Amino acid sequence: MMSAVMPKARADALRGPLIALTDIRKSYFNGDLETPVLHGVNVTIHHGEFVAIMGQSGSGKSTLMNILGCLDTPTKGSYVLNGREVEKLSDNELASVRNETIGFVFQGFNLLKRMPLVDNVALPLLYAGVSMAEARKRAAVKLQQTGLGEFLKRLPNQISGGQQQRVAISRALVCEPALILADEPTGNLDTATSSEIMNLFTRLNEEQGMSILIVTHEPDVAKYAKRLVRLKDGYVTYDGPMADAHL
Amino acid sequence: MNFWQVCLEAFRAMGMNRLRAGLTMLGIIIGVGAVVLMLAIGESVREDINRRIDTMGSNVMVILPGSSTSNGVRAGRGAAQTLTLSDSAALAQLPVFANIAPIVQQPFQVASGANNWNASVYGVGPEYFNIKDWTADKGSIFGDVEMRSVSRVAVVGSTVASNLFGEADPIGQTIRIRSRPFEIIGVLATKGSDLGGGDQDDAIFVPLSTARQQLIRSWTPGSIQYILAQAASADQVQDAVYDATQLLRVRHRIREEQEDDFTVRDLASIAEAAQGIATALTLLLGAIGSISLLVGGIGIMNIMLVSVTERTREIGIRMALGAKRRDVLLQFLTEAIVICVCGGAIGVLLAYLGSVAITKFSPMEVGISTSGIVIAFSFSAMIGIFFGFYPARRAAGLKPVEALRYE
Repeated sequence: MMSAVMPKARADALRGPLIALTDIRKSYFNGDLETPVLHGVNVTIHHGEFVAIMGQSGSGKSTLMNILGCLDTPTKGSYVLNGREVEKLSDNELASVRNETIGFVFQGFNLLKRMPLVDNVALPLLYAGVSMAEARKRAAVKLQQTGLGEFLKRLPNQISGGQQQRVAISRALVCEPALILADEPTGNLDTATSSEIMNLFTRLNEEQGMSILIVTHEPDVAKYAKRLVRLKDGYVTYDGPMADAHL
Repeated sequence: MNFWQVCLEAFRAMGMNRLRAGLTMLGIIIGVGAVVLMLAIGESVREDINRRIDTMGSNVMVILPGSSTSNGVRAGRGAAQTLTLSDSAALAQLPVFANIAPIVQQPFQVASGANNWNASVYGVGPEYFNIKDWTADKGSIFGDVEMRSVSRVAVVGSTVASNLFGEADPIGQTIRIRSRPFEIIGVLATKGSDLGGGDQDDAIFVPLSTARQQLIRSWTPGSIQYILAQAASADQVQDAVYDATQLLRVRHRIREEQEDDFTVRDLASIAEAAQGIATALTLLLGAIGSISLLVGGIGIMNIMLVSVTERTREIGIRMALGAKRRDVLLQFLTEAIVICVCGGAIGVLLAYLGSVAITKFSPMEVGISTSGIVIAFSFSAMIGIFFGFYPARRAAGLKPVEALRYE
């Protein structure tokens, strides 16, 4: 309602932070053996930001990514996503949050092999309760916006990796989420295609005000973001503008 | 997701691995086919037995003479000629009996023109046809007039008629039994085989008086071979057996400690036994079919478990995209049900073809009933739900993060 009468940036500012992580801790348990992975992460991200989370493998960035994506729950700490306290949500509510609020983009694209592209993109809408015909229509529109309008009926293995990732991005966008969560989105792509994909993210952020969070270990990818959160051994070692960071 | 979307997904999943889906389905196809066909065979056996029982007449008992002993050699039951016409007349006086038919019988080589045929010749009274509820297809049955006048008339069964006369009309024709001419006055309606499998239509009936005087002589005056008796109602069958036994014991002067020299056999109890066998047979066949269906169901569970493991990552992706546990559960459950229902449909079709083949190539007539199909269908859907539930629940119980990480 609000966004209909005022610019998106201003409406976002009124809504409060998109993500508020307070003292997030995560440990894995193997019997009695506790392996801490995150030692109290505090990060706040606002609507419309383009943030990169960087860290070596073992730094806890994947764990943080899973918690941010509501795929996993923290051992301790509070996570407020778009005004909702995530740790208080049930399994079903978490599924709804993943469906409505977050759009995932994975390293391995994670398209469903046997489904035509249009159905792959339409899938989140079906889980949201949209009818098949309407879902396909909206999916086709999204695919056209990412330049894949002519491949609707193709299967994922009939197009290139870069195209597959663009399909995945279309799928992430199709439910009009508040946040795009991308986990190593260029990990499986060559340099030229990588920059193509990153430019697409940049455009989405700048032109549509989409909030984007990228998890990566590649400086060349991270530099497209405007803000950097660096993780090391489960601690945040840097959180600030990309321009000031030493990549 | 609505029902059709879930079904579409299920068909897609099956299409992805056609060979496996086909092999899984095969278990259900065989299982459902076996259940439907076995039940149909059991049912047709039961119907056949009931049909044969119906031809015996209702509330009927047969009274046989006992065995005879000569020089220490005991002959079989019926060898003694202890039953007489006056026994029969005395039985007819009892109010519990509706009809009493004394009978003599012997096989003869009968001839008509150039044709001849070996058939059982029965000497009976008109009551016999009342008890057997047997009417003439052509012509008529002899009555008391022919009995009294010792007429040489005969009523023939359809098997005899076709063997002696082919397509020609036997009415008015003459057959020779023991070189004596008999005029055919009726052809009986076809009755089929009896419980023992004997052809009831392979018989010639002549008046009892004629048979006793001219065909089947016996050294005991007034003796007959057996008596067919019909109780007035089903409730009175037991009374009739008792009354007949008491009366014959008195008439035959059998002392308290002596055994009967006759046997009263209630055909209803034979019919019950036969029906019991048919029911047991149906149950047995059904059980065999059910076991194959069970094995098919376990096959489904097995394959679904493999499928859940194989598609763990897919489940993770779906969960990341917003699938609730319920959605995942329904997806895998629907897959199992779709396999079962498709397999069930093919199984019913095969059972139908099987029944057609059995009907064509064997004397049995097997028909598949609508209820059998409905039962098999719902049963296969239930198998799908039952054996699909555990794998589906396992899929739904996966943690999103672990499912997504699964390689």
